[in-house]
Amino acid sequence: MNIIQILFWFLSVIALFSALMMITSKNPVHSVLWLILTFFAISGHYILLNAQFLAIVNIIVYAGAIMVLFLFVIMLMNLNSETEPQKNRWLKMAGAVSGGCLLLVLVAALKDSELLKQQAQVNEGYIGLIKNLGKNYSALM
Amino acid sequence: MLINYYIFLSLALFCIGIVGVLTRRNAIIIFMCIELMLNAVNLLLVAFSKMHHLTAAAADPNAIAGTDAQIFVFFIMVVAAAEVSVGLAIIVMMYRNVHSTDVNFLNRLKH
Repeated sequence: MNIIQILFWFLSVIALFSALMMITSKNPVHSVLWLILTFFAISGHYILLNAQFLAIVNIIVYAGAIMVLFLFVIMLMNLNSETEPQKNRWLKMAGAVSGGCLLLVLVAALKDSELLKQQAQVNEGYIGLIKNLGKNYSALM
Repeated sequence: MLINYYIFLSLALFCIGIVGVLTRRNAIIIFMCIELMLNAVNLLLVAFSKMHHLTAAAADPNAIAGTDAQIFVFFIMVVAAAEVSVGLAIIVMMYRNVHSTDVNFLNRLKH
């Protein structure tokens, strides 16, 4: 297991855990903070895939602009865990079960696909790098 | 790295977003779950772009195949930013009318 795979699994665990914490935390402000952590983990995946430009744009636009807008609206409305609307337990369980069924169907549909044997270029390749911005590729060919 | 890890990671993030939309009643949290689903799709598009680039670069080392998927991701981010600004304005107007962001109060479309 080399350093790339260790980083991949580390970022994946962070992304999935913080996404789960985002949908389970009662306080909307905590949800926003967990979602920001998810976005940082996804940006780490972009850097691992050598898409530096998208990683930086993801941090600036999503974590920097959109999430600040969410935090601003939540603070404007003074929402907290006491004002969180309550809901039937059974409806929550039905939502979780139907989401799990969707995941099961998608995984089962892709399980025997030929696509899964393909490799993705990790930590190599020059497309998406910041140093290529503004380069005229038609002149190269 | 095999592409299937990226596919299953994106599927898991997308389904977490769907579970959030189905189980939460707060309009802002539902909106954030939609953002999470958009990000799962973005991650899959970037992974596919690098997969496509690998096969194209084997034939031609100067190939720029796969760049278009990253441009799609950039456009998705722009659309998401515009969508959030409009959607949050709608949520603020709803809060001014019913003093809550519970989507159950939207079923009458009046107060």
